[in-house]
Amino acid sequence: MNRFNLSRRKFLVAGALVGGGLAVGYGFLRNGEADNTALSATTDDGEIALNAWVKVDKYGLVTVAIPRSEMGQGVYTALAMLVAEEMDANFEEVTVEQAPVADIYANITMLKDSLPFSDGYHDGEDTIGAWGMTKIGRFLGVQATGGSTSVRDAWMPMRQAGATAKAMLISAAARTWDVPMAECKVNSGIISHTGTGKNGRFGEFIALAASEAPPRDPVLKKSSEFTLIGTPQPRLDIPSKVDGTAEFGVDIELEGMVHAAVKLSPVLGGTLANHDAAAVKDMPGVLKVVPFENGVAVIANSFWRAKTAVEALPATFHDGPAKEYSSASILAILEENLKSEDARVYAETGEARRELDEAQSPVQAIYKVPYLAHACMEPMNCTAKVTENGVEIWMPNQAPTLIKWFAEKIADVPAENVIVHTPFLGGGFGRRSEIDLVVMAVSIAKEMKNQPVKLLWTRENDIQHDIFRPAAVSRFEGAIGPDGRITSWANRIVSQSTSGSFTARLLPWATMDMPDNTTSEGAADIPYEFANRIVEHVPVKLPIEVGFWRSVGHSFNGFFTESFMDEMAYAAQSDPIDFRLAHLENHQDFTNVLKQLAKVSNWSAPLGQGRARGVALHESFSSIVGQVVEITLNDNREITIDKVYCVIDCGTVVNPDTVKAQMESGIIFGLTAALFGEIEIEDGAVLNSNFPGYEMIRLANCPEIEVHLAPSGRMLGGVGEPGTPPIAPALTNAIFAASGERIRELPVSRSGFIA
Amino acid sequence: MLRLDINGKPFDVDVEEDTPLLWVLRDTVGLKGTKFGCGIAACGACTVHLDGEAVRSCSYPVSEAVGTQITTIEGIGGGSLSPVQQAWIQEQVPQCGYCQSGMIMAVSALLAENPNPNDEEIETSITNICRCGTYPRIKRAIKRAAALKREN
Repeated sequence: MNRFNLSRRKFLVAGALVGGGLAVGYGFLRNGEADNTALSATTDDGEIALNAWVKVDKYGLVTVAIPRSEMGQGVYTALAMLVAEEMDANFEEVTVEQAPVADIYANITMLKDSLPFSDGYHDGEDTIGAWGMTKIGRFLGVQATGGSTSVRDAWMPMRQAGATAKAMLISAAARTWDVPMAECKVNSGIISHTGTGKNGRFGEFIALAASEAPPRDPVLKKSSEFTLIGTPQPRLDIPSKVDGTAEFGVDIELEGMVHAAVKLSPVLGGTLANHDAAAVKDMPGVLKVVPFENGVAVIANSFWRAKTAVEALPATFHDGPAKEYSSASILAILEENLKSEDARVYAETGEARRELDEAQSPVQAIYKVPYLAHACMEPMNCTAKVTENGVEIWMPNQAPTLIKWFAEKIADVPAENVIVHTPFLGGGFGRRSEIDLVVMAVSIAKEMKNQPVKLLWTRENDIQHDIFRPAAVSRFEGAIGPDGRITSWANRIVSQSTSGSFTARLLPWATMDMPDNTTSEGAADIPYEFANRIVEHVPVKLPIEVGFWRSVGHSFNGFFTESFMDEMAYAAQSDPIDFRLAHLENHQDFTNVLKQLAKVSNWSAPLGQGRARGVALHESFSSIVGQVVEITLNDNREITIDKVYCVIDCGTVVNPDTVKAQMESGIIFGLTAALFGEIEIEDGAVLNSNFPGYEMIRLANCPEIEVHLAPSGRMLGGVGEPGTPPIAPALTNAIFAASGERIRELPVSRSGFIA
Repeated sequence: MLRLDINGKPFDVDVEEDTPLLWVLRDTVGLKGTKFGCGIAACGACTVHLDGEAVRSCSYPVSEAVGTQITTIEGIGGGSLSPVQQAWIQEQVPQCGYCQSGMIMAVSALLAENPNPNDEEIETSITNICRCGTYPRIKRAIKRAAALKREN
């Protein structure tokens, strides 16, 4: 079977950067109104922008501007498919380019998903909170990639862009042929008129099409009319990623560019005290030593020379407040706060507290997870060129709007003189939505005016100065009624606030003591129905920066919730899948996923000696994912993960092969964390430094993964993150089934299990 | 001045002799397909071939590469796509793609030595890290590449 042909595609995507100025094209706002001030793109000769997302050249090649970052999640291809579907373009004649930074590309879905309170929006309701965030989103125009939102956010505007472009092209063809528009149709990039038999490619009508007014209300296809959406398409970026031509941030090469390497305060949050620039000024290639707040940079004519010199550079630091903290003391603080009087309630039904006080023998458990690093394969980097009056940035990033704001602020130049380029990202996982690299790079480049400076972190810089997934502790108490179902469920989570920490980095003057849904997501919004339930979170402030890590709060709450659900199933002496189904009576979509999972994993069939299964079900980013893990456990506590079965309902599938790839990816990312993931802090400094001390799954311990797509047509869901949350509990539930040992602390290596 | 033979072409480079080959390839010669991942030969993103053998170039002094035939991702197909690269496309392996140059180089060296590796041989010889978790597809693509090579 040859799944994808090699050379059918003429137009390869190699992370080409948009250069040059913007042409005036037709954009439109999200309500479909024409917006003549917006753009699309560069215009090469004979190319015309029909709106902010689509341009067509004289040969009919359609170029789709992608306002999201390609970090491996397949967004270039998926978003191009949305446009091509509505245009009826020939997908082999569609290519993409990275869109520039502009308000029209704001990610409204991401802002709505970040609503700090539960007003029903997260259950799919059209709420006042969602309306407000839409307004704010349009005002701020924040362009960002994260929260598994890209396809969800693009679903309407990019299909509208395709439909609009198609209508303009048809109208131009009809004028050319002097026939009614309604008698023209499009098939695979060719417009034809039935009566006269006339036909022509898109490219023949672009000049006239550009003068057409875009339709205010383009008609979109019904899902039954889709011919491209839902079919497996080869990814547009893959050819360049196998021949070495894909251009990542680290690969940027510019005229006169110099290189910077840094030494950073070993204690998190510490600042530079003294350094001896003279000691390295005569080392080969060294051009300049630049101190900054939390470290010192050496600029040299190659990265290796910069790195060699900065390592030799004597420097001392003032320890920051983190000096007083270590992993153990932080976990103790989190546990202590389980008793806090200041918990915030995120979900409450009935009288869980009172019922539990009266219950005969409630089940209780406390779970813990550590800080985690992102460890993107491409080490953090940012290239900056500061001139007298402007700044230009080349940076693999997930939030170009934020990058633009901070480049402007640090370089102290007018906003209109800031340009941000986003090449391919060698991994993102939330890390590249941060602004620390752009702040550091521009601070350094300011000292080398008019010369591009490429700041590259080493892997040690990356792991020790990541902005971590927070450590968290979660306590559960549950009671089971005479019918074998849960009657009461009380859950209290303690952690730092991810959104609070992120916002404080952006706006240090803001006191962000607000509710933070990311701390309770995956705990407060679970589908299981209990008569009495309370879910609370206690926010703790610590001098360790925490940020968004693939699946954010779900990454720990998925483990907590689905582990305790399993404990309750065993307490009720019930099969873990039957037990879950019994609490999902009013949720047909969850029930369907779980039933399909039981079937494809052959759940009821006995496994051999030393083998066992575990299950978990979790909804995140509007997608429901169920996973079964099959393991073999021997007497030496050696675990082999034999197979993972995964069923996902993401509502509608755009590119099925990408959905499968993202499930595989999310599972392996989550397994790495479950098995080995732990950032260890001692006296405020990170002990891990590179991959041997922050281990990853590799080929040898990667399980076979079987993914089944079960799109039900429910609300469109994301796919980049939802594969991650269920895998840790499915694994530890399997370990319990095999050994009778309940793992309540990650990683499982802490309990002496070896993978 | 050191003379290097890279993808069949000579290059004279003026660098310190202990500079890792990786940085000479990337910053001096300008071949950016070989990637920096860890700097300590732990992840394999920087894998290239010296006389056909896989070497992690981030920890390999350039002076020791003098006199060898250096092959990078840019040269592995010899002007077209090698069977391994073809298999990588057919199985739609890459996600972010950053580790894949190194993966392809490591796998190419394995298949040159062992045209039909079994699972265990694959797992013990390919120890490169892929953070996106493309391993299941890599396993399939290695077998497809082995088959393509046999067909050729």
